[in-house]
Amino acid sequence: MVDTIVFLVAAVICLTGALGVILARNPVHSALMLVMTLFGIAVQFVSQEAHFLAAVQVIVYAGAIVVLFLFVIMLLGVDTAQNLEIGALPAQKWAALCFGVGSLALTGYIILAVDNPVTGRPGMGGAIDETANVRLLARSLFSNYVYAFELTSLLLVIAVIGAVVLARKPVKQLPEEAGR
Amino acid sequence: MLLNQFLILGAVLFCIGVYGVLARKNAVMVLMSIELMLNAVNINMVAFGFQHEVVSGQVFALFIIAVAAAEVGVGLAIVLLLYRNQTSIDVEDFDLMKG
Repeated sequence: MVDTIVFLVAAVICLTGALGVILARNPVHSALMLVMTLFGIAVQFVSQEAHFLAAVQVIVYAGAIVVLFLFVIMLLGVDTAQNLEIGALPAQKWAALCFGVGSLALTGYIILAVDNPVTGRPGMGGAIDETANVRLLARSLFSNYVYAFELTSLLLVIAVIGAVVLARKPVKQLPEEAGR
Repeated sequence: MLLNQFLILGAVLFCIGVYGVLARKNAVMVLMSIELMLNAVNINMVAFGFQHEVVSGQVFALFIIAVAAAEVGVGLAIVLLLYRNQTSIDVEDFDLMKG
């Protein structure tokens, strides 16, 4: 029952975000909608006990890839015609403050609720399961799929070099100008 | 938990991504739609792995995420290069190789 509700809520978030990605006029809005979709998918991963993958999804996709998208969108100046008024909503500042303080309180509660490894004090939230699938995942990744893992690192190095070479500004300085 | 609900969600996400790739003209939007398609595949991988109680599905999803990161890095560099050459990122402006 709970699984179904979680699935439905996350699926609605995913699909709303995906539709926003392809329908939004402003590319910045599309990028933010993509974040929404990725968080919904991360929730789906958690509901299928893929906790590590959910963390990677949020960190790599929402943290790195979407930021890269936003960088390029801003760099190309697609939305220069947009009027970026600060403080469009009067209650926005206070809502943001409340949300931030609430998040901090929740995070602090979770940290305090988990077992303290030094003193052994049992927490209210329960400790992280030692036999979680992170261990299984690591065992599989570093034994059965170790060649693919190494090839992935090679692929990432090639991608970094390729991106740098492609995006580099061509050097057009004449030798005498460079000397000045 | 049934398997088919995840497969349906993945299929719908994939179709939305295909629509975005075909319909949007902005090259950055095309790349974002490709990300949607890759994520749809990830959902399927994890769902099948969970159903069969093997961890391989998650390993493959991890590789897909790594490949997606590399693809976005190179793809956005190409978009920057296109913009520098023609001052446009509309994919319909680049038809030099049309027969």
